[in-house]
Amino acid sequence: MIVVGGGLAGLRAAVEAKRAGVGVAVLSQVHPGRSHSGAAQGGINAALANDPGSVDDTWEKHAFDTVKGGDYLGDQDAVMQMTQDAIRVIYEMDHWGCPFSRYDDGRIAQRPFGGAGYPRCCYGADKTGHYLLHTLVEQAYKLGIKLYVEQYVAGLIVHEGVCQGVVAYDMIRGGFEAFTATAVVIATGGAGRTYSNSTNALINTGGGMAMAYRAGVPLKDMEFIQFHPTGLFSTNILMTEGARGEGGYLINDLGERFMEKYAPNFMELAPRDITARSIQTEINEGRGIGGQGYVYLDLRHLGAEKILERLPGIRDLAIHFEGVDPIEAMVPIVPSQHYSMGGIDTDVNGASAMPGLYAAGECACVSVHGANRLGGNSLLETIVFGRRAGAEVARYLGGLTHARPNARSAFAAVQALEDEVDALSAKNGTEDAYALRAEMTVAMKENFGVFRDEATMKQGVDKLHSIKDRIGEIGLRWTGSVFNLDMIRTVELAGMVDVALAIATGALARTESRGAHFRIDHNTRDDANWLKHTLAYHQPGVSGPRLDAKPVTLGTFEPQERKY
Amino acid sequence: MPNVTFRIRRQDPQSKKDREPRWDEFTVPYEGNLTVLEGLFYIQEKFDGSLSFRYCCRASICGSCAMYINGAYRLACQTNVKHLDTNVVTVSPMPRLPLVKDLVSEMDGFFAKYEYIQPWLIRNSPDPEKEIRQSPKERKKLDMPIDCILCGCCYSACPSVWGEENYLGPAALLKAFRFEVDSRDQAGKERLPRFDNERGVYRCHTIMNCVEACPKELNPTEGIQWLKKAAVRRRLFGRLK
Repeated sequence: MIVVGGGLAGLRAAVEAKRAGVGVAVLSQVHPGRSHSGAAQGGINAALANDPGSVDDTWEKHAFDTVKGGDYLGDQDAVMQMTQDAIRVIYEMDHWGCPFSRYDDGRIAQRPFGGAGYPRCCYGADKTGHYLLHTLVEQAYKLGIKLYVEQYVAGLIVHEGVCQGVVAYDMIRGGFEAFTATAVVIATGGAGRTYSNSTNALINTGGGMAMAYRAGVPLKDMEFIQFHPTGLFSTNILMTEGARGEGGYLINDLGERFMEKYAPNFMELAPRDITARSIQTEINEGRGIGGQGYVYLDLRHLGAEKILERLPGIRDLAIHFEGVDPIEAMVPIVPSQHYSMGGIDTDVNGASAMPGLYAAGECACVSVHGANRLGGNSLLETIVFGRRAGAEVARYLGGLTHARPNARSAFAAVQALEDEVDALSAKNGTEDAYALRAEMTVAMKENFGVFRDEATMKQGVDKLHSIKDRIGEIGLRWTGSVFNLDMIRTVELAGMVDVALAIATGALARTESRGAHFRIDHNTRDDANWLKHTLAYHQPGVSGPRLDAKPVTLGTFEPQERKY
Repeated sequence: MPNVTFRIRRQDPQSKKDREPRWDEFTVPYEGNLTVLEGLFYIQEKFDGSLSFRYCCRASICGSCAMYINGAYRLACQTNVKHLDTNVVTVSPMPRLPLVKDLVSEMDGFFAKYEYIQPWLIRNSPDPEKEIRQSPKERKKLDMPIDCILCGCCYSACPSVWGEENYLGPAALLKAFRFEVDSRDQAGKERLPRFDNERGVYRCHTIMNCVEACPKELNPTEGIQWLKKAAVRRRLFGRLK
């Protein structure tokens, strides 16, 4: 089995399959310990009921909060599977050494988080992702999982409709190489960098989504993009929701805790879609600080001791990147692209429509987050569904009688990528890859942001089509073989535009407001017509996807109006 | 300060033309919060597509972009040009590590030593059904070492590593400390022989370059001294903690 991506989902899949006796290799663009999972801050949800205020919490209540938070678009069977698995996977991470913060009695500490009825978010200070990631990296080393580091995976090997491996560019030694396998798990994370205002790492370009999509596997619910309420104003670097979980305020130019108007019960801990829209409304109506495009996150009343104990990481980030110490001053923040609810369409075991191809984590869409993910559920998703995908691959391989990858298809896949890069190298480009990237990411921010409407989105879609056309006129500026960023960044741009078109086309088509997808021109949820998943299929030779739909699995929680 | 000059050490060891490193200069427009990493991207995008450097999170948590900038170990993403108090930014790869290309150092040896010390929780008793209890006081002992991002600055900066290529170095030993000090770890004698020797803790001469180099302000030396004491205690009294 090959895992593409060494973040939490990929490593958890690798660990599970390895423990089941499968030969496993992880290919990653960066050392696994540098994956973007490590940037997660606030925590991971599970109904452990450790907090004195959450003794009657249950996984069913966690499921309800998740379904409601997702505006009823999440598949309820998948959500319940996740919240049920949550408890055991967290204890497992503890047994592997994850340094969670603790209560006095030695149990894992839990903090309140957005949209959650109980303090349910297990955390390690405000560096939970870093601690979880390093714990799984350690397990990968312990189990002797083969790590191919700094391999940029650029395409899938598909033989007669079955996925049989990947083609990767070896960044250290140069050249493309085939890695054949009987199963491939894509775990490449989100596509945040299709937006210019993202909290995401610079490598989160949606590459895995683009690969699967081009191989004919549909992307699901791509129009649902989460904007995190609190990115730093100047860089969009994340300030954890845990800052509000610990009691932080959001303050406008009038000095008001304006969330009172929008979510009187949950206040600053309303789900992210509602909080981000509230902030954006304040800004749009002129109540940003000094009339500018930001509001304040105020932590001063928490006191130095609590900030240093619970939120030391974001304090450092605010100091280094915004020049503000939250102990002494309010932090300028702005809603920032943060998460892709959509992704590669999979079932609860990570299986896609293509035999041999699996996906887990942010690049996948099971779907558990529906139209809006709750904070603390993304780390959970990576570990729950990474584990399930690894186990499913072991079952799949056990049932195969004939599993030798086809050498000819592998060779052809390498050849195709080499030809593509040769063509880029030979071309005297008239278009600038980096200017096009900037145009695309700004178009996504401007036209598919917190508030959307038909006219603006149509402009955006047209813009993306024209950018896709112009990509054909890019030529490489450097053709060297080792650590060629010009080549990687040019190749990944084409994938980013495909993913952006799937987001944009889905958003334009969905004439309702649900979760993070809010349209000024259709500002209510329309269950009669739109309580369904969007599927986007790649069309070879045509710019933009063909859209289809898929029913939502309901059955436990009846859709109702969301109030917080 | 309208412009900044970037002086970058360049070399592609795999190219026959590049036997010796050279210094390239680029002029980058200065904007209020320009970081060194943003400057490198500006150069790669506008002037020289052949420039190579590592990047990922741009928020000082992944450890990719450790470099030697104006005479100090720094993360390029965390280094704001205005805090360098000069308009000349001199960037080279981490010294004394093998070179892949330009600002990209070879990290295989670094991670081999990390793997060698068994950087994982060792348990001998069956795990409980729920979490292994750990008091806040016990957990507090982990605060410093768990913040390591494995960037390699301390390893590149350590004179004991320069002098003995088999020395495990500060990062790997800090990781050993991280587990030995963890109340949940039951390694006993398992990990001990890997650091209780001349390639391990005794090679640390408390020069403390690692402490100065660490962009996360950690203290590997403190961890190594703890391990030394623990190893001696083990030899004298048969217990580590």
